[in-house]
Amino acid sequence: MKNLRAMSKRRRREMQHKEVLRVCSKLLIPLIMLFALYVQFHGDFGPGGGFQAGVIFASAFILYALIFGVDVGMKVLSPGARRFFLAAGLLLYAGVGIAGMLFGGRYLNYSVLLQDPVAGQHLGILLIELGVGVTVAAAMITIFYVFANQDESE
Amino acid sequence: MIFYALLTFMVVSALALLWLRNLFAVVMLSGSFSLNAAVLYVVMDAVDVAFTEAAVGAGIATVLMLGTLALTTSHEKSDPGVSWPHFVVVVVVGSALIYGTLDMPRYGDPMAPIHQHVGPDYIERGPTQTGMPNVVTSILASYRGYDTLGEVTVVFTAAAGVLALIGRRRKKKNKINKRTRSGERS
Repeated sequence: MKNLRAMSKRRRREMQHKEVLRVCSKLLIPLIMLFALYVQFHGDFGPGGGFQAGVIFASAFILYALIFGVDVGMKVLSPGARRFFLAAGLLLYAGVGIAGMLFGGRYLNYSVLLQDPVAGQHLGILLIELGVGVTVAAAMITIFYVFANQDESE
Repeated sequence: MIFYALLTFMVVSALALLWLRNLFAVVMLSGSFSLNAAVLYVVMDAVDVAFTEAAVGAGIATVLMLGTLALTTSHEKSDPGVSWPHFVVVVVVGSALIYGTLDMPRYGDPMAPIHQHVGPDYIERGPTQTGMPNVVTSILASYRGYDTLGEVTVVFTAAAGVLALIGRRRKKKNKINKRTRSGERS
């Protein structure tokens, strides 16, 4: 067990024959992503929210990279895109707070975002949960890829 | 009943974690420990916390630990034995912590200090003020928005730190000597 990348290269040839794993993961990955979106946008009504959704969304990418190899997984989401999403989520969160200030409220007061304060709260919470989800997903994917991509076999 | 069964299982897992020398087994066992904790949170009606524990503790943390194992070795080399001064310190601190829990209010006690502060206010006003049926979301996202912003900043900083430390992809053909490999790159 040297490292994940060398392992994945070796394994990839073996994995070509592991049809059950490949087919099952292909079936599961869309469902995992769909469940993450459900947790993301249903967090207002049931358990869940941006943090959990982000982790579940990231786990779909990690499963893909584990089955099909880290190199193939890296192509799905380039390092630039990962860094963009990492910052974009946090900026979206902070931006909603500043938007509240521009509309005449305090920082992170969502009631002033729309005419109806309750609708404003709804919009604000939806947006900041989205920001949390995007940043957490990007952070988890980034950390996994960086760990898996350590190449020590020269 | 199931509460005590889960607690017992967690204690047994923790003890096994101490004795095991095979790090792969340790990672797997800590994942199952987290899953146990998640089930325990469900039993205690904290489904949001359980969700996070299952996703992060049992899922992501286990994968990251396995990634680390793949880079190092899966067997702990030295057995340091028992160091008695450390053992005494751990026992004293542990007893002090357990003694501290004796003063805590009973689980679910409505008269507990935590339920006398802003909690009832949030539960009363949350659904009408934010329109959220899930009071946890309304507290996390709206009433305690600053804290969640700080939390997201922590996650962002963690990823940025990992990127800064080991994020640069090493060139495959390039011979890297031991010193730079251990992280002292300039």
